[in-house]
Amino acid sequence: MSAPALPDLSGHFGRYGGRFVPEALVRALDELDAAYRSAKTDPQFQAQFAGLLKNYAGTPSLLYRAERLSERLGAEILLKREDLNHTGAHKVRNVLGQALLAKRMGKPRVIAETGAGQHGVASATAAALLDLECVVYMGETDTERQALNVARMRMLGATVVPVTNGSRTLKDALNEALRDWVASVDTTHYLLGTAAGPHPFPEIVRDFVGGIGVEARAQCLEQLGRLPDAVAACVGGGSNAIGIFHAFVPDESVQLYGFEAGGDGVATGRHAASITGGSSGVLHGARTYVLQDEDGQTVESHSISAGLDYPGVGPEHAWLHDTGRAEYEPVTDDEAMAAFHLLCRTEGIIPAIESAHALAGAARIAPLLKAELGRTPTIVVNLSGRGDKDVHTAGAYFGILDQVEALVPGENA
Amino acid sequence: MSIAEVFHKARTEDRALLVGCMPAGFPTVDDSIASMIAMHEAGCDVIEVELPYSDPVMDGPVIQKASDIALSRGVRSRDTLRIIEAVAGAGATVVLMTYWNPIEKYGVNAFARDLAAAGATGMITPDLIPDEAAEWIAAADEHRLDRTFLVSPSSTDERIAMTVAQCRGFVYATALMGVTGARTSVSSQAPELVDRVRHANPDMPVGVGLGVGTGAQAAEVAGFADGVIVGSALIRCVLEAPDRATGLSRLRTLSAELAEGVRNPAK
Repeated sequence: MSAPALPDLSGHFGRYGGRFVPEALVRALDELDAAYRSAKTDPQFQAQFAGLLKNYAGTPSLLYRAERLSERLGAEILLKREDLNHTGAHKVRNVLGQALLAKRMGKPRVIAETGAGQHGVASATAAALLDLECVVYMGETDTERQALNVARMRMLGATVVPVTNGSRTLKDALNEALRDWVASVDTTHYLLGTAAGPHPFPEIVRDFVGGIGVEARAQCLEQLGRLPDAVAACVGGGSNAIGIFHAFVPDESVQLYGFEAGGDGVATGRHAASITGGSSGVLHGARTYVLQDEDGQTVESHSISAGLDYPGVGPEHAWLHDTGRAEYEPVTDDEAMAAFHLLCRTEGIIPAIESAHALAGAARIAPLLKAELGRTPTIVVNLSGRGDKDVHTAGAYFGILDQVEALVPGENA
Repeated sequence: MSIAEVFHKARTEDRALLVGCMPAGFPTVDDSIASMIAMHEAGCDVIEVELPYSDPVMDGPVIQKASDIALSRGVRSRDTLRIIEAVAGAGATVVLMTYWNPIEKYGVNAFARDLAAAGATGMITPDLIPDEAAEWIAAADEHRLDRTFLVSPSSTDERIAMTVAQCRGFVYATALMGVTGARTSVSSQAPELVDRVRHANPDMPVGVGLGVGTGAQAAEVAGFADGVIVGSALIRCVLEAPDRATGLSRLRTLSAELAEGVRNPAK
């Protein structure tokens, strides 16, 4: 494909992206952009990053042919095992890259926002490894729901600040991190957790997690001798999805599917499907699809998966959607949990509930692709994270916590 | 009066101009109108109406809380326009301060048209930089509205020159690196920033906001800036008052104190 590289120099993907930020942050964003451009072409930085990814994070992650699941779904399913990375998700790639960048810029402090706590834990991990001060903003509602992750972050030496304004969830944590950054840009790097926010974050995060797709593409060629028919990923902010999509974008024979959190169903209004259930707007520094009311006020999102529970999406996904290069569909809580259960029982893998959305989507498109292609389709599913963190939620959903409680009194107290 | 005329008048009186900020619909639509008119009568030269927004990243706790209260009571963008109409109708010079998404959702040109019709002189856009503002710049020209963008201590000289060139009416200089909210002292970065703006364009009036809450601080800022912008300290008068009458009375007292301050600029 001869399409120009995106984003353009001002950070736009078509009409999406850009910088909708207070002027106070522009210099920091410009400095970050310049530091990233120089790091991108610096062999020493790239070697350092590659070394950490390989020796610390444990990548390349496996591309695993899930035989029993494939049989059940009527498609050849290849799982990109990002759940096996250190800290249990694709996010370690982004935090290592950005923490190295913070070091390079001479900034001794990083701040991060987190919803369920996964990005917070990953940030605290990278900060501990690279000896950076780390402050994590987390909605008060989430600190209560995810007390174990709060403990993890503190063990790793991070300061966790519960955010008590607005809806007290991820979007408010992000607001608070931006407010901190406005006041601390000289010493602080904002370690943004997804491929969203003002330019250059969507590009930087995409590039740092882009190894997922580069690896998966090479693994397909090596293991199958050909490219897959489709790639499926869950989409909240969209970092794991853009990470696996990006290398496949020029391969026109490969269909790209992003599965958003449909919550109780898009029609109910209780969902986190920004593309399929939202509209174009500006949130957290970029123009993209957002969940908003008639007045442009952000609407609270809902999903059983805390990691997808965000009322916006990265701008590159908005662009991939509008251009038709990728398709986005909602997956409800119930569909995701059915897929969660299926993977547990067929493959002995407990996925993150986020990743279960991608599995449910793959199950949905498998028969359609089969009909379209006239043969068994091959689908790469990004298994973006492991489900240990979701055991409580899933246990409650399937009604099995009571049984555990009966066997081991006090275990879940 | 246009903003330019108000600044000119203040200059001829050898004083700075006082801009008082209040969120629309806080705590109710009628209360916010009463608050703004009280501020106007007690000496605020310009009323800055803030359109409440769900994700106000430039605002500290006081304005966040006031905006949350207004939104939780269901204030709509069209209520903000109605409030502006009432306050401008009472003789005040009114500017709107708003985050960008509500304007984009309303439709930029339609909003500019309705804002001008409501009697506002222009708009302050804390999260819209000129780089992304082509549509607003065109709409402001068409509907003869002033455009106030922000400059910050971290802005480069090039960005200050570019931003000031896109402003009309006045430029908003954020006195410090941080969010809105009263501070115990005026930022030492503010005078230098104002100097840098004047270097870019000596004729562009400069309003300084962030961290000003007392008459003495207003006098200090009036010593080097054309306008003194106060928000959180005024809003707190209402937020912390036990009842409506006390809130209005505190608002009048503080507005008068600030108005006195801008008339006695520190030399």
